[in-house]
Amino acid sequence: MGILFLKGGLFTTVQDIGRTGYQKSGFHVSGVMDKHSFMLANLLVDNPENEAVLEFTMIGPTLKFTSDTIIAITGGDFSPKINGKEVPMYTAIYAHKNDILEFQYAREGSWGYVAFSSRLDVPMAMGSRSTDTKCRIGGYHGRKLEKGDQIWFRAKRRYLPSFLSRTIPQEHFEDPLVKIRVVMGPQDDYFTAEGIRTFLEEEYTVTSDCDRMGYRLDGPYIAHNDRGADIISDGIAPGSIQVPSNGRPIVMLSDRQTTGGYTKIATIISVDIPKLVQCKEQTRIRFEKISVEEAQKLYLKELESYDVIRQKIHHPCREVLDPRQSAKRIAGLFE
Amino acid sequence: MNRYPQIMPAGDCAVVVEFANEISETINHTIRNYVSNLKEQKIHGINEIIPTFRSVLVQYDPRFISYGTLLCTLKSVLDMPQKTSDFSRRVVEIPVCYEGEYAPDIAYVAEHAGLTVDEVINIHSSKEYLIYMLGFQPGFPYLGGLDERLFTPRLAVPRIKLRAGSVGIGGEQTGLYPLESPGGWQLIGTTPVKAYNPKKENPIPYEAGDYIRFVPITGEEFTEIEELEKAEQYEFRIYHTATEK
Repeated sequence: MGILFLKGGLFTTVQDIGRTGYQKSGFHVSGVMDKHSFMLANLLVDNPENEAVLEFTMIGPTLKFTSDTIIAITGGDFSPKINGKEVPMYTAIYAHKNDILEFQYAREGSWGYVAFSSRLDVPMAMGSRSTDTKCRIGGYHGRKLEKGDQIWFRAKRRYLPSFLSRTIPQEHFEDPLVKIRVVMGPQDDYFTAEGIRTFLEEEYTVTSDCDRMGYRLDGPYIAHNDRGADIISDGIAPGSIQVPSNGRPIVMLSDRQTTGGYTKIATIISVDIPKLVQCKEQTRIRFEKISVEEAQKLYLKELESYDVIRQKIHHPCREVLDPRQSAKRIAGLFE
Repeated sequence: MNRYPQIMPAGDCAVVVEFANEISETINHTIRNYVSNLKEQKIHGINEIIPTFRSVLVQYDPRFISYGTLLCTLKSVLDMPQKTSDFSRRVVEIPVCYEGEYAPDIAYVAEHAGLTVDEVINIHSSKEYLIYMLGFQPGFPYLGGLDERLFTPRLAVPRIKLRAGSVGIGGEQTGLYPLESPGGWQLIGTTPVKAYNPKKENPIPYEAGDYIRFVPITGEEFTEIEELEKAEQYEFRIYHTATEK
């Protein structure tokens, strides 16, 4: 037993960290857009780091549980409700058989996640459960979820140790101006000094032209030098910022094509990709340049922060075990 | 000043090793050598090696290997000797039906070239084409070496949907579409084989650096092979030849 979709939402898919090792054959990596929210969701329900979750955007799905499980909802705020009652995000919560979990439109942020302690039973395709809708592989029959679809669970995990301490502060995505750090290159030498200055000092806004493949930004023209905007096609790292000859940046994301022929002025650092993808249309972006070494320090620091959360869950302290909160959360057990 | 090869960061989890700013068989060969040497090192932390026309993108996890350490390793691999002699051509045969409904644009290509349809088929299928890289869609090969006589401009209006297995010519390139997709190439044939099969452990039978040879088949053979593919019983014909030079 598992979950039955009463509404699919706008674009709901099963995703994990992505399909690595096949880009050399032309396969997209796919995988979650916001790795940070994904990590937290799995962590809260004691799943392995790379367990598949549901990802949704703009309008979330409505689903009915056909067996008991524990879930955690993270990422953008889609006003989650179970049986019409609001439920907390960034917290492990019980979901019982016949409960209906419902999401609305994204009140803040762009991508929402649900992790299930009982783990979604979709087959592995080339080492990953991520949905690649273009190649129609992975996830639920290689496509987005629709009304009537049903996904089974593959584990029976209705209880988790230290249940009460499985809660962390909700993250918010409301800033109208977001700072995004980048490592310059690989083709920053295709731009004029003025072009680089424009890129680093002016503001860019998120357009409506954003999907799992990439985000188009609008803003002042970034000037190429006489080498031009085209290169011989090469590989594209996640977070690469392409600038075609129109001078407007495009950030390459999870479903990006594996190779491309536009100059890449800079690459967004790993820990800031989630911040960018959660930005809504019209959010203003400012890029800041840092070194690879600094970026890697930030990446390792973020991984450490996950260990700290794990520690806190398994060695609860007063701060997380407020009696009133605890009473509220444990009530789910007796309903 | 020779700036190549050069290693550039592509964010905090990838680097590009760039060998030249041109497309040539020699560069492709150097890249193939490099990738082979790099793979042999079995460096913990590298999770993807993506060879392209004139560079290699290496993706890694800084949790296991830092930028500095990776740079040193990648540089040391650059200094390793080329093992040219070890290489023979790996050629993957792709059966192609160049007839009727399978070849909607072949008459146009022939007319454009001032050749007969049979001549087009002969020229197209008499060569081993080098796969420079794969990209655009799973298993889509960027092939080099199309005979000049067959260069044909792309369609003025691209087709919205062309069937999986379409073999075509686009400008100075030839290739095949493993998946159904939109496309602007002149279609001169169709292969019944699945160049992309997610059910197989190796979903794509070839990789960058291999060669493709198109082998003409009849309509009946097409149906036969198609049946075999449906039953998951088709085996690709792959052979090795000594490299020229």
